[in-house]
Amino acid sequence: MSILEYNGAAMIAMAGKNCVGIAADRRLGMQAQTVSTNFQKVFPMGDKLYVGLAGLASDVQTLHQLLEYRLSLYELNEERKMSPQVFSTLLSNVLYSKRFGPYFIEPIVAGLDKDNKPVLSGSDLIGASVSTDDFVVSGTCTGNLFGMCETLYKPDMDPDQLFETLAQALLASVDRDALSGWGGVVHIITPTGVMTKELKGRQD
Amino acid sequence: MDTVLAITFKGGVVLAADQSNARSIISYQSNIDKIKELTSHSAMGVAGPNCDLVRFTEYIAKNLALYKLNHDGTQLSTKAQANFCRSELAEALRKGPYQVNLLLGGFDKDVGQSLYYMDYLAALEKVNYGAHGHASNFCLSIMDKEYRDDLSEDAALKVIDHCIHEIHTRFLISQPNFMVKVIDKDGVRVVKFGGDPADT
Repeated sequence: MSILEYNGAAMIAMAGKNCVGIAADRRLGMQAQTVSTNFQKVFPMGDKLYVGLAGLASDVQTLHQLLEYRLSLYELNEERKMSPQVFSTLLSNVLYSKRFGPYFIEPIVAGLDKDNKPVLSGSDLIGASVSTDDFVVSGTCTGNLFGMCETLYKPDMDPDQLFETLAQALLASVDRDALSGWGGVVHIITPTGVMTKELKGRQD
Repeated sequence: MDTVLAITFKGGVVLAADQSNARSIISYQSNIDKIKELTSHSAMGVAGPNCDLVRFTEYIAKNLALYKLNHDGTQLSTKAQANFCRSELAEALRKGPYQVNLLLGGFDKDVGQSLYYMDYLAALEKVNYGAHGHASNFCLSIMDKEYRDDLSEDAALKVIDHCIHEIHTRFLISQPNFMVKVIDKDGVRVVKFGGDPADT
């Protein structure tokens, strides 16, 4: 049994027209047992930048604190906000720096750059990243997530359509995975602000 | 395998743990106290090997006492204590891990009662109730059914009693003695125990 599948997770980040959304489930488990149905896996790293951390829960919390620290240090030193592309590269480098004793995390990054264009990227646990313009997924049911996203995605969705697509894709995927689910949260990032909604799905 | 249970109620937290210290086929002791008091208004129930239990809890408790001395009598909040424990466990994880599973409960004047669940890999989550060990398979469903947001202290103690009764009925390993402590605005106090830890 893989250490990346010990706690369970499912997350998607998807691009729309001048907006980007990121959704994740809320389960914290220890293999088959569910410990919490309120566990946070998606973190704001700035008002237009969100990172989703899927994998070992302990490393989710450690890496979140580490990234906050690195981001704050950057912004204090550089006297400017960190762009999503730079953050994605930072994350990649942080993960590779532990190449032979890695953080067990497969993150996704969603943000809007300074021109309010969507930026999406995903990475494996040792920092090999990929940048896309449609969607990225991570977690214990990536097969399900890829299938749902490929089917439901269409380019240039507005924030409401994007929310609906993300919600349906996430809920349908986690219902066929024992290790993820127990609710969900969706953040839609637009030039004017972030809309956050909780999802109630099958509570099993 | 150790059992640690905890449940919050309106105005405090109940912590319960079995009192056996055993390995393989031998029982060394049946009166140890696995619920260590950290500060005047917090305690943690610990499941794991006795060596890690003692080393980790004493390290945390003494560091919290040092903080109080260095900061003119200010005590860390329960949330801060839990996060401190988490960062110590997370740092030790890739060096020399402590194999301890914790339930850290506390009472703060401003926030009220809080309970934090932590596993040996240093994943931390605030919960209303929790259980560690094999007994969690028996007890979590009981707590799911019986927990309410506005439990009284007596009702919370009854839920713990139901859990202990279930363990005595259906759990293969014999754990006859349980230590039960309550944390509320007046501090940490022992409610009952099966074996007196002071009895050497």
